[in-house]
Amino acid sequence: MNLLDVSGLTTAFMTGRGEVNAIEDVSFSLKEGEILGIVGESGSGKSVTALTIMDLLPKPPARVAAGEVTFNGERLTGLSDRQMQQVRGPGISMIFQEPMTSLNPVFSIGDQIMETIAAHERLSQADLRRRAITMLDKVGIPSASRRLDDYPHQMSGGQRQRVMIAMALACNPKLLIADEPTTALDVTIQAQILDLLMDLRDEFGMGVIIITHNMGVIAETADRVLVMYAGRVIEEAPVATIFDRPMHPYTRGLLECVPSLTEDKPRLVAIPGTLPEPARRPPGCRFGPRCAHALPSCAAAIPPLETLEPAHAAACFRAKELAPA
Amino acid sequence: MSEAAPDAEAIAHKREHPVRATLRRLFHHRLFVTGLVLFGIIAIIAAAAPWITDVDPQRLSMRNKFLSPSETWLFGTDNFGRSLWSRVVWGAQLSMIIGASVVALNAVFGTLIGAAAGYFRKLDNALMRVNDALMAFPAILLAIAVTSVLGPSTLNVILALSIVYIPRTARIVRSSVIVLREMEYVQAAVAAGAGHWRILRHHILPNAMAPMIVQLSFLFAYAVLSEATLSFLGVGAVPPTPTWGNIMAEGRDFMREAPWIITIPGVMLMITVMGLNLLGDGLRDVLDPRLRIQQ
Amino acid sequence: MIGVAFRRLLSAIPVLLIVSLIAFGLMRLIPGDPAAAIAGVSATPAQIEQLRRDLGLDQPIYLQLIDYYRGLAQGNLGRSLLLGTGVFAATMERLPVTIGLSLYALVFTLLIGIASGIIAALRQNSWVDQAAMMFAMIGISVPSFFLGLLMIILFAVHLGWLPSGGYVPFGESPVGWLRSMTMPAFSLALLQAGLLARITRSSMLEVLRQDYIRTAKAKGLPHRRVVLKHALANALIPIVTVVGIIVSLLMSGAVVTEALFSIPGMGQLLTQAVLNRDYPMVQGGLLLVTTFLVLVNITVDVLYAALDPRVRYE
Repeated sequence: MNLLDVSGLTTAFMTGRGEVNAIEDVSFSLKEGEILGIVGESGSGKSVTALTIMDLLPKPPARVAAGEVTFNGERLTGLSDRQMQQVRGPGISMIFQEPMTSLNPVFSIGDQIMETIAAHERLSQADLRRRAITMLDKVGIPSASRRLDDYPHQMSGGQRQRVMIAMALACNPKLLIADEPTTALDVTIQAQILDLLMDLRDEFGMGVIIITHNMGVIAETADRVLVMYAGRVIEEAPVATIFDRPMHPYTRGLLECVPSLTEDKPRLVAIPGTLPEPARRPPGCRFGPRCAHALPSCAAAIPPLETLEPAHAAACFRAKELAPA
Repeated sequence: MSEAAPDAEAIAHKREHPVRATLRRLFHHRLFVTGLVLFGIIAIIAAAAPWITDVDPQRLSMRNKFLSPSETWLFGTDNFGRSLWSRVVWGAQLSMIIGASVVALNAVFGTLIGAAAGYFRKLDNALMRVNDALMAFPAILLAIAVTSVLGPSTLNVILALSIVYIPRTARIVRSSVIVLREMEYVQAAVAAGAGHWRILRHHILPNAMAPMIVQLSFLFAYAVLSEATLSFLGVGAVPPTPTWGNIMAEGRDFMREAPWIITIPGVMLMITVMGLNLLGDGLRDVLDPRLRIQQ
Repeated sequence: MIGVAFRRLLSAIPVLLIVSLIAFGLMRLIPGDPAAAIAGVSATPAQIEQLRRDLGLDQPIYLQLIDYYRGLAQGNLGRSLLLGTGVFAATMERLPVTIGLSLYALVFTLLIGIASGIIAALRQNSWVDQAAMMFAMIGISVPSFFLGLLMIILFAVHLGWLPSGGYVPFGESPVGWLRSMTMPAFSLALLQAGLLARITRSSMLEVLRQDYIRTAKAKGLPHRRVVLKHALANALIPIVTVVGIIVSLLMSGAVVTEALFSIPGMGQLLTQAVLNRDYPMVQGGLLLVTTFLVLVNITVDVLYAALDPRVRYE
């Protein structure tokens, strides 16, 4: 049984110009202990996918228009608020991009970790404190017992992200969603946080979804990759396959954008054009207008995500003919 | 997501003159229009006072005292048989004159003091200490004390209210000037050798106008309210001058038999203040969205 | 925190100095002969001369100023012409009445303002929100003395539930105090409650958009806890900073309320002093009330520092 199954998920937002699908027909699954990377530009729908799974989008304007999420055999879409609260924390937990603003400035970090545990388990104050110290230890905060009463503003960005991770793992979740966990951090700290996440995955055995726009992060952490563009999944494959034989022209473009330190690539190829706004998406293949290989027929219909080789799917009409031999 | 709509609107009207664009947005602002209508009604009544009243507001007629509102006596009569319609309409005119005068004095002196303090760092400390001191006094108490010193009269009410409110206006102008002074285009003008007066007049003050206009519309409301309060307390324009506060103060003793003497000017006062508050809210939303959090 | 208190006290010194100068200058600004103006039209030249000497107005201005500050240093603010007692003593007798009224009004302001602001923010753009904001708009547009008059007409004249005026000291009868102060406090509070509802609403909306609220939800905290703990603690910070301003606006507004409901407070004392040209009382009373308000604001600032750890640890 899969830990998480997402099928046909479509989230719509009410805007000034009517309802617009932020994500459309998103399907994927995740096994226990697996790390799935979701990659795409900002605005591609990665975060909306995560927030829909967590049911954290404001409703209205957001609305799950179609599809469903099944977690650990339980259907999440359609759960009541109260039931969903019990899933968040011990079931699925999440860390965010901005460690500077994701912690409440007026409560100590100990308080914020302890209340997470207290919301799901009945423990004495002393036990709560002990657990919080253990968690801070695990995420590598030195002299944890003394820092428990510190406030977020007394910590650096990297430390705050460690606190966020401690908080997210405090209830031993089966799935951790990390939304751009390292984007706001210095490069050296980035590597430390990613290592920490990998170590904790090994220790806790939870499934992880890492959302990023950075192919480097994917290469370092993910087992499997989902590429999103303009609200749709356009390619899915194991991480080695994506880097070896990308099938979608967009994925290839993304990979060419990665500046490589080891190989001697002469230039950084950028994809021409910009991601279309949700309300102004082109007909047919959404990447069409930016694609070097687009044919007039590409604008006629949205290409479905097709499995082209074992464990490798792409949504491009010309994927097969363009694939490198 | 909710910001998508005004953006699209802005794009659609890209070529429009900025003043026209602002006006168009104002007239699409429901609260602004409501405020304009409410305030407009009172302002028109005030301006038309000589033509819409036929009885002298101070003419006594003991035969006709305590008449309730009717066709002949639109708002009824008071304890001296004076026409409440005449008194309330002329009272409206006095309120408008006092409000407008306080606003005009604030616009001039508030801008001068605020700009001087914000622009010339050497003046800032001294001016702002005096400003802080004046603002430390409870507003109504200071106004009462000043009118008592100067003597009760319409002119002195205007002066007293100006002394109370100019420091508040100056503070708002000062804070926008301080921000603008550091802007690159102002620094560029300084580097190009423009004089202080020119920089203030051409580069700083026009951009400090938005918060100022918002402040002045609220100020008009405070001024009208404070004037009514002063005359209600008996330290404003001297009776029998018809002001809303005077009328209500006199009506106090008769609120059982003639409640309309209080309620009619009170409702007029409320309409005026609410109209101006709505106007101010609308102006703030359209001219200076950053100010929304304050107030 | 002690540092904050100390810094604020220091910065208040120049303000209080100028406040005292303005209070001093006020009596000297009377057009014409101040002594004649104070003595009134029926006074004989000899009486005027006597008064001039009593008030020290016959001395050169710098000597008057030195005397004034010497008096202040000794806690002597002169004698009230009307009451014949010391200004300080008269103020100390009346000020507690006004403080009581203002605090009661503050309770109304905070309860009504914060509650309706939070409810409006949580139901943004719903009919509840619109009704609350409409109520706030009416609140900030009804003059307090008009609201007071309407309440007297309804609750005192027609229904007879509450006395139309008068004052019962709290020490004598707490119930009597509540009965005599409820209408005054409520009519005084509504304007500030309206302003506070608007501030609370926008502060709450701002906070509800913050990342840490999303974090709190992502941790699986119950909705009530997210709102009442995480959002409210932050939304209250800007509200605390305006409490000082609210107190001084309430005490300023109390002047009218006291006149309307015949409450023997500071406002009534000063209005009477003004109407009877009791300038030593006006000058001294104004100075004392203003000093008190400056101290209130310092207290609020210190409280603010206690509430926000980012300021506390600076």
